Amino acid sequence: MDKMPKWADVVLIPLISLLLAAIISALVILGIGEDPVEAVKLMVDGALGSTYGWGYTLYYATNFLFTGLAVSVAFHARMFNIGGEGQAMLGGLGAALVCLFIPWPHWSLALIAAATGAAIFGAAWAAIPAYLQAKRGSHIVITTIMFNFIAAAVLNYFLVNLLRPAGSMDPATARFPEAVHLPKLHDILAPLGIEFSNRAPANISFLLAIAACIFVWLLIWRTKLGFEIRSFGKSEQGALYAGISPVKITMIAMLISGALAGMMATNNVMGEAERLVLNSTEGAGFIGIAVALMGRSHPFGVFLAAILFGFLYQGGAELALWTKIPRELIVVIQALVILFTGALDNMVRMPLEKIFVALRKGKA
Amino acid sequence: MDIFALLDLSVLDSTVRLATPLLLACLAGLFSERAGIFDIGLEGKMLAAAFFSAAIAATSGNVWYGLLAGIASSLALAGLHGLASITFRGNQLISGVAINFLAAGMTVLIAQNMFRQGGRTPSLIGEGRFEGIPLPFAEALRDVPVIGPVYYEVISGHSILVYLAFALVPLTWWVLYRTRFGLRLRAVGENPAAVDTAGVSVIGLRFAAVAICGVLCGIAGAYLATGLQAGFVKDMTAGRGFIALAALIFAKWRPWHALSATLLFGYLQAIALRPDIIESALGFKVQVQLLDALPYILTVVILAGFVGKAIPPKAGGEPYVKER
Repeated sequence: MDKMPKWADVVLIPLISLLLAAIISALVILGIGEDPVEAVKLMVDGALGSTYGWGYTLYYATNFLFTGLAVSVAFHARMFNIGGEGQAMLGGLGAALVCLFIPWPHWSLALIAAATGAAIFGAAWAAIPAYLQAKRGSHIVITTIMFNFIAAAVLNYFLVNLLRPAGSMDPATARFPEAVHLPKLHDILAPLGIEFSNRAPANISFLLAIAACIFVWLLIWRTKLGFEIRSFGKSEQGALYAGISPVKITMIAMLISGALAGMMATNNVMGEAERLVLNSTEGAGFIGIAVALMGRSHPFGVFLAAILFGFLYQGGAELALWTKIPRELIVVIQALVILFTGALDNMVRMPLEKIFVALRKGKA
Repeated sequence: MDIFALLDLSVLDSTVRLATPLLLACLAGLFSERAGIFDIGLEGKMLAAAFFSAAIAATSGNVWYGLLAGIASSLALAGLHGLASITFRGNQLISGVAINFLAAGMTVLIAQNMFRQGGRTPSLIGEGRFEGIPLPFAEALRDVPVIGPVYYEVISGHSILVYLAFALVPLTWWVLYRTRFGLRLRAVGENPAAVDTAGVSVIGLRFAAVAICGVLCGIAGAYLATGLQAGFVKDMTAGRGFIALAALIFAKWRPWHALSATLLFGYLQAIALRPDIIESALGFKVQVQLLDALPYILTVVILAGFVGKAIPPKAGGEPYVKER
């Protein structure tokens, strides 16, 4: 028998963890001599108060949707893919190569091809750690960390030595051709008669990210493969006994995870920068960890968590602009969310379980 | 082409200095992981220690207070890691990730609040830094062939923390393999149930290991900001915690091998700063990105078991649940 009703596990615990993270963040803001209430007002106003703010919030959220889903899929197979950052970097390389070297007639074809290219590069970057985990027993966490650093070196090499246009000092590719520029939310919503800021970077890949959410939900809960991934995650022994191959599931789960992380490139590289720069991922791969933990690895939870982090990112940028609070406040909040929803989960869970058990005894 | 140019004395000298923080962090990880607590938060603990040591050294003008503050901040984060992974039996890897971000964010926030210099501390001068110590007879022996210059350039003239780090290698070996505490510490990383059955506290031992890890990371971070460099800058650890982790795997969780692994990785960092030497020694250019990535590539190769298998402590990463 479960100690807690399902809603408590799915809703109550994340909310309490979030509340704890928020309280400590407020104390941090107080500690550096600013007013937390004023700060929240500024953040809400800056991130949600205008379509311009929303445009940035949704842009960041798109990145976090892809990386959060990537971490979630691996979590379902009980693997901690900490390499989303590296996979997203390589995905960026894949998308950039597709956009730069093939003359696309229309952005829609380019988007499909770039998403495929990004997914293949991201998956390939996840494939090596996955293979080493499945076949040679090397711990996936350590190998994916190492692959993040190797990815940074690879990207650096490509940008400095191969893809940099002649005469440019900047380690970045040339701008992508006009034909592959993605429509912004402004362009998509205008025919529907909705005014949306045309300066904000949110673009059509937000819809792609939502499609990815639905895809992951179908995959994990509505297919045989998803069932096998979850069984493997719950009990490797049980899965083995049921004839599920650990090598196959490890490989497939990590390939999907890497592909999702790589597809982030359709947003940040193709949709926003419209060229590949050195630090294009900006740590989104790591925020995916916080998003997946908070969203309880469920696509809908990931969606909500990604929007929340998008809000924090855009709000944090506004704070840095108008107050003395540096942008790094978001990194602290991100750390607190990971800490409370991930590592200190039992701290919240154990007392709650006691309360629910006591309540049930009281009723019986 | 002159292969011996790779042994340039100034490169070897910076090898020793660059290997020191790696060595300290690697030994820190060694204690923690040998006790069964994975620690990917070495980076964060070093970063916090680097900031607090520089901040206190800058405000008090005394580097020793800085060192203490650095150790205290690293210990606090180690305590958080212990709380999450030992007391509340949480995921040690996730806790490590959280600690890295906590340190990355908080150091800049506090630095900006204290000094308003864009997330850095003022440059440390005089008593605010660990100065190099010339060893005895370094001047006198300088003209002795081979040994003299090596002693003068490479071995002499480092700060006290460098010598401390190297002295910690035999000490770690002795503690782990020649004391009762060390035996129990290794046992708790392999088979905590057996240690528990023998009536020794698993929780106590693991907290002790995590605390030692905190102290060593604290020294490593303090050395970064007050010895190697003169002050704290944002993200100054620059992945050193992860290189130390790589070195730990490379060394297969053994102290003497940790020394050689960190010296190797320190050398790679030192030679990467001198592309001119590589080119004259090998006769061709080596991409600097390859040198940057080499420690990580080597670690993956070792992890893959192609060159001898790296087998971590058996109970590593698993929270211990007492049988009832």
